[in-house]
Amino acid sequence: MQSRLVYMDHGATTPVRKEVVDSMLPFFHDQYGNPSSLHAPGRKVRQALDEARETTARALGADPEEIYFTSGGTESNNIALRGAAKKQKGGGHIITSSIEHHAVLDVCRDLENEGFKVTYLPVDHYGCIEPEMVKEAINKDTFIISIMAANNEIGTLQPISEIALLAREHGILFHTDAVQVVGQLPVDLHSSNIDFLSLSAHKFNGPKGIGALFMRKGVEINSLYRGGSQERKLRPGTENVPGIIGLGRALELAVSDIPHKKKRLESLRDSLIAGLLQIDDVVLNGHPRQRLPGNINVSFKYIEGESVLLGLDMEGIAASSGSACSSGSLEPSHVLSATGLDHSIAHGSVRFSLGWGNCKEDVDFVLQKAPLIVERLRNISPTYHSR
Amino acid sequence: MYNEKVIDHFNHPRNVGELSDADGIGETGSFKCGDTMKLYIKVKDDRIEDVSFQTYGCGAAIASSSMLTEMVKGKKLDEAMQITNQDVADQLGGLPPLKLHCSNLAADALHNAIEDYRRKHDQV
Ligand SMILES: Cc1ncc(COP(=O)(O)O)c(C=O)c1O
Ligand SMILES: [Zn+2]
Repeated sequence: MQSRLVYMDHGATTPVRKEVVDSMLPFFHDQYGNPSSLHAPGRKVRQALDEARETTARALGADPEEIYFTSGGTESNNIALRGAAKKQKGGGHIITSSIEHHAVLDVCRDLENEGFKVTYLPVDHYGCIEPEMVKEAINKDTFIISIMAANNEIGTLQPISEIALLAREHGILFHTDAVQVVGQLPVDLHSSNIDFLSLSAHKFNGPKGIGALFMRKGVEINSLYRGGSQERKLRPGTENVPGIIGLGRALELAVSDIPHKKKRLESLRDSLIAGLLQIDDVVLNGHPRQRLPGNINVSFKYIEGESVLLGLDMEGIAASSGSACSSGSLEPSHVLSATGLDHSIAHGSVRFSLGWGNCKEDVDFVLQKAPLIVERLRNISPTYHSR
Repeated sequence: MYNEKVIDHFNHPRNVGELSDADGIGETGSFKCGDTMKLYIKVKDDRIEDVSFQTYGCGAAIASSSMLTEMVKGKKLDEAMQITNQDVADQLGGLPPLKLHCSNLAADALHNAIEDYRRKHDQV
C-alpha cells in the first residue's frame, strides 16, 4: 500500500552512514585483536583506537586524554554524575533542570535517596533555563551543575556557556548532556568552561550502543566500576572496538557537515513549522528560534498524540509524541508539563525530528497528510465538538 | 504494536458521531492518561436500536469504542450491561498490556449510557 517512508524521528535515532559501516567492518573479522594485548594484532587495533580517540577529540576541540568511550549517553551521564557524587563522601548539593532526559533526572532522584540535595530548576514556557536562577540556587554545598545543551523533546537550546562560566566562577563542576547537540551544532570544549559532556553516536548517524564522555583534564571523579584499566579505569572492560571506530568516523563526518546541514535543516524545520501552524488550533512547543536545527514539536489541540502518530504511520511517516498514551509510563511528558503546558494540550504533542536524508518533498508530504489526519481525528473527538 | 483488527477499527471507525435524538448518553474519562469517551444510545423495546461514539484518545481508545458499538447494536439492555471491558479487548483480538487501561473506558461509557437511559425513563 504505502510506498515511501518519511523518517522524521532522528531525535530517537538515526541510520548509520555507509562510510561509517565501512570503517567498522574490518574490526569484526580482520582486525579482531584485543587492544590491550601486546602482540601485533593487538597493537594494530590499539593504534586504530588511539586514532579514533584523536578524531573524536579534534571534532570537539578537546584533547584525546579527555575522551572516555562508553556505551552511550545514558552511561556517560551516570559515570559523570554518580562519579562526581561518589567522590564527595558525605553528601552535597546538585543543581539540574526539571526538563533533563531521564538519564540525568532519574540519576539525580537516586542520589537524593542516597542523601544528596538536588535542586530541579524550573523553565519558562519556551523551556529555557534562566542563568540567574542557577546563580540563586548555588550554595556552599553545591559541587556539580548539570544542564542539558538541548532538550530532546522540544529542542530548546540552553545558555550553556553562561551557566558553565557561572559554575567555574564558583568552583563548581559543570556537566552537560549534549546528546542531541553533538554532530548538529559546533562544540568547542577548550574554549568553554564545560567539565563533562555526554554524547551518543546513534544520534549522529553512528552505531547504537557507543558513546563518549568528555572529562576535562585535572577533574577527578570516582569510578563506578571495578575491572581492567581500560578508559583509565572509568569504564573498564574490553573496548567496543568497531563501535568506537564507527563513532569516530561518524562524528568526523557529522561535524564537517554542520555548516551546510544546519542551514538546510533549519530551513526545512521552519517551513514544516509554518505549514503545521496553518492548521487551526495548533501550537508550537519550545522556542521559535533557539531550537535544534531539526526539531519540530507541535500540539494539535482536541486530539491525542498517539493517535496522530498512528495516523502518520499509516501514511509512512515516522514521528514521536510526548502524550501519556505513547510514553509507556502513562504520564504526559515531564518536559511539556514543566513548560506549563496544559495537560490536555501536552497530550496532543507530536515531535518531528529531521536529519540527514530529509528533503523538501518529505516536508511537503507531511504537510499534505497531516491536515487530513488531524481533521479525521477531530471529527471523532468529543472535546473538539464541544470546544 | 497493534493487531490488524485494531488498526482496521482505528482507520475505519464504525458509528462515529453524535445521535441527536439519543435516549441515553454515557461519558467516561481516564484521569490517568486523559482519554475520554462519549457514547450515545437509541433504545427501542428494551433493545439498543442505534449507537454512536465520540472519543478523544489514542489508537486503542478509538478502536475499542468503535468495536463496542458493533458489539452492542441490537442487544437487549440487560445483555449489554453484562459486557465488560475485557470482552471489548478480546473482541479486538487483544491489546498491548499497557494499552488495556485505554480500552477500559468503552464498556464503562456504555453502562453509563444505559443507566442514563434508565434514569430518564424511570427504570432505575
Ligand atoms: C538528551 C538525551 N540524553 C540521553 C539520551 C540517552 O542516550 P543513549 O540512548 O545513547 O543512552 C538521549 C537519547 O534518547 C537523549 O536524547
Ligand atoms: Zn490511551
